[in-house]
Amino acid sequence: MRIAFLFILLLSLESQAAIDAYPFPNDELRLRHIALIDELRCPQCLNTNLAGSDSMIAKDLRREVHRLLLEGKSDDEILDYMYQRYGDFILYKPRLQSGTLVLWFGPVFLLLIACVVLFRLLRSKKTVVNELSEADSRRLEALVKRK
Amino acid sequence: MIAELGHFSLILALGLSVCLVVLPATGVYLRQISLVRLSGSLSAGLFVFILFSFVCLGHAFVNDDFSVVYVARNSNTALPLQYKISALWGAHEGSFLLWSLVMAGWTLAVSQFSRSLTLDMRARVLSIMGGLSAGFILFILLTSNPFDRDLPIYPREGADLNPLLQDFGLIVHPPLLYFGYVGFAVPFAFAIATLTTGKLDAAWARWSRPWTNLAWSFLTMGITLGSWWAYYELGWGGWWFWDAVENASFMPWLVGTALIHSLAATEKRGVFKSWTVLLAIFAFSFSLLGAFLVRSGVLTSVHAFAVDPERGLFILAFLLLVIGGSLLLFAVKATGIKSNAGFSWTGRETMLLVNNILLAVAVGAVLLGTIYPLIYEAMTDGRKISVGPPYFNAVFVPVAMLLFVVMVIGPTSRWRSTPVEKYFKKKLLPAGGSFALASTLLFLFTPRFEPLAAVVVGVALWITVDLIIDWVSRVRHKSNRVIRLFQQPLSYYGMLIGHLGIAISMTGICLTVYFSEEKDIRMAPGEVVELSGYEVKFLSMKKVRGPNFEANQGEIEITRDGQHIVTLHPQKRFYETARNMMTEADIDPGLFRDLYVALGEPIGGDAWAVRVQFKPFVRWVWFGGLFIALSGIISALDKRYRVRRIAVGNNAEQSLA
Amino acid sequence: MSINKNLLIPLTAFVLLVIVLAFGFRLEDPHYLPSELIDRPFPEFSLKDLHDPGRTLTAADIKGEISLVNVWATWCPNCLVEHPELIRISQEEGIALYGVNYNDESSKAIAWLERHGNPYKFNMVDDNGTLAIDLGVYGAPETFVLDKHGVIQYRHVGAVTRGVWKSRIFPVVELLQTQMGEG
Repeated sequence: MRIAFLFILLLSLESQAAIDAYPFPNDELRLRHIALIDELRCPQCLNTNLAGSDSMIAKDLRREVHRLLLEGKSDDEILDYMYQRYGDFILYKPRLQSGTLVLWFGPVFLLLIACVVLFRLLRSKKTVVNELSEADSRRLEALVKRK
Repeated sequence: MIAELGHFSLILALGLSVCLVVLPATGVYLRQISLVRLSGSLSAGLFVFILFSFVCLGHAFVNDDFSVVYVARNSNTALPLQYKISALWGAHEGSFLLWSLVMAGWTLAVSQFSRSLTLDMRARVLSIMGGLSAGFILFILLTSNPFDRDLPIYPREGADLNPLLQDFGLIVHPPLLYFGYVGFAVPFAFAIATLTTGKLDAAWARWSRPWTNLAWSFLTMGITLGSWWAYYELGWGGWWFWDAVENASFMPWLVGTALIHSLAATEKRGVFKSWTVLLAIFAFSFSLLGAFLVRSGVLTSVHAFAVDPERGLFILAFLLLVIGGSLLLFAVKATGIKSNAGFSWTGRETMLLVNNILLAVAVGAVLLGTIYPLIYEAMTDGRKISVGPPYFNAVFVPVAMLLFVVMVIGPTSRWRSTPVEKYFKKKLLPAGGSFALASTLLFLFTPRFEPLAAVVVGVALWITVDLIIDWVSRVRHKSNRVIRLFQQPLSYYGMLIGHLGIAISMTGICLTVYFSEEKDIRMAPGEVVELSGYEVKFLSMKKVRGPNFEANQGEIEITRDGQHIVTLHPQKRFYETARNMMTEADIDPGLFRDLYVALGEPIGGDAWAVRVQFKPFVRWVWFGGLFIALSGIISALDKRYRVRRIAVGNNAEQSLA
Repeated sequence: MSINKNLLIPLTAFVLLVIVLAFGFRLEDPHYLPSELIDRPFPEFSLKDLHDPGRTLTAADIKGEISLVNVWATWCPNCLVEHPELIRISQEEGIALYGVNYNDESSKAIAWLERHGNPYKFNMVDDNGTLAIDLGVYGAPETFVLDKHGVIQYRHVGAVTRGVWKSRIFPVVELLQTQMGEG
């Protein structure tokens, strides 16, 4: 009998559409709500955002985001509120801190290295290309034309 | 009994694959042509036995044999037949059996369609592929056997397939993906075989091109389909989440794209020989890495299969052996390879190099983001972090934009060197025109002007216009235009359609990201809500029955300026066996917009929470994908890649040299 | 056979990758989240007492001694699993046990405790789940160990079985008791 393991195939049920109908006084708040619940991760699920999860904690957290928005909190304040309680895990956009420097600057660094590699490769290639001189290219044209 | 036959067949297949590794290669070494010739029949035998094994498992599913643990876990007597069959690859063990079957399939194909290879090369290539097969089958037999029985007491009824998987998507998405993933084993085998001969010439590039294009095409299809499936299945209108498993398929795709471009340069100009070999190794490596990520439980994902460290360790060891070995071989044998062809920084070679370098950066960034949670957890001794769409979009999109620019100037540049002034003069008008047109169109038709969207759409238009101009100029030169059309090599049309596909996808992605609108509202029968100029009216709610579920079905009418557009029927389903609730969104698909409605929960009285979405141009994302996939197939069919048969028979001894 | 050092770069990078991935095996259950609240005071709250709706409880009520705070609900199957152990702990271990009734119906909760026994000194009715959110709770049951100042020292996610008590919770309690003795 094998050790018990989880079969969580393709998409587990907790990642089904989670649709609440929270009222908002204006479109700006409503859109901010959508953006925030997209950016916050459901603490209980296997990689789903608050918008996509039907779990109890996700529902409660969506409600909290709604409440905080109505209280006039800024996006950063709301994200921080969540961070205070659930840590880095709940933020899909990792905070820029000492532990994530490599993460955020890695790609830029890669790009720089790529540029350096490219530059060096091209420089070595350039010397191999023998551009035809003016006279030679005119001679070539004449030869071709004659045919 | 049948299950045991299937199991036994698999063991035989393992034996054959080991023979395939050893015998032909020994034949090459000992110059025994009879041994080398065995590779054909060994490949065929391998395929037949795995196929038989697969069919046996299928038999167990179709006949509801719940004494087989895998069937009991993933099926049910009430499950519709097509899903019983596709449940075969719905979970880990069975899907890996499919993976092995596909591997054997590609091996057989290579053995059948590579008559133009020298016997020596053929033996090496098939030997390597046989080795990969052996590894896969061993993995199944040792850690993930789908034929395990639960005797003497077994369930009368199965646990049922996850309702989300009871869909057309399951029937096509995994097989297509696997054709792609595993297909990269072919250029991989070619590359390794070439390395082992020590002669790194451009011939292997010509042999590999059609195979690589085909595998890449399948992978494109698989990814496109997966995205489309998630869109209509999940209920919240998303189509790409940068989930670890999605990335696991995207990374080999990116490398594969670099590979097909690099193969072109190596074949035509003999440049980038070692880069191309490295890319071939990496493409398949990322496929294997993807398999590891999905099946080991090391990364958290909604897509992940079983969380079983034993399996993970096996795959990791396999990875280390295969990829580590390949890279070591590369380091040793690729030393001292220099191409003679020179080119200037304005040549097409440079464009391709820049293209590949950018793709490499993209892969690096995606890989970094995907495994960073692991690194962080190890670094901080247990703290968890999430890296999600905001990160991936922030690092990928800029690189993608740079790639698109190269895509415009690349295809029409000349090999070796392009006369810069003339070239850029030719580009200015189409560029300016495209950006102007894009801006105008967006200004006229979108609710608010987004300059970045105008830039992206402008680039897409520029790419398209440029492709058309180039095509017209090629077709134009002779008097009889129609003939000239067919005189272009197929790979040119492949390039055309492929790049066009990218432009289409790019446009779709940009427009849907910027201009989608979504509302979650409380609606009672009779109520109307406005969405992007449409009126959405909740008509009624009723109960309906399905084959294995019961549902609440809403009737939602959408009109525009009083004109009826469509009536949609979203459902909230309850699956009896699995005891699961599921939302089934209803979508009105359109070429230029999708209208999307899904039900939430009932909220008091007869009101329901309803989500309505307006998604402009979202279908273009997948149409583009289809074009791209098509381009791979078209290119693969190019006659130029079918190298003429080398006379075998009498010259056999010599070809073994 | 001299190797061009540059060509070893891909191999090195790959080996590093494998090492990182291998790390993944020694890591915990993917569902598990470490708590952000360790070494922080128990969050402020103002909730009704389950058995005495007229009384409002606050964080001050759980200060003064080493205690366990258990987040539970009638809809949570693992809460029933751990319940006998909680009763045992409250009776034999001499430690105060408080309950947070999470997203539940009070009448159901009262009946449930009648049926299965009540190990709690009192229960806070968190029917909105706000205290749970402040605690960083993501699933029931969860159990917190507090020192006498009300500062959270440890969180356990999942059922508290005898084994869990012995290997994880009791060591923390013991440490706190020793510190209290010395302090």
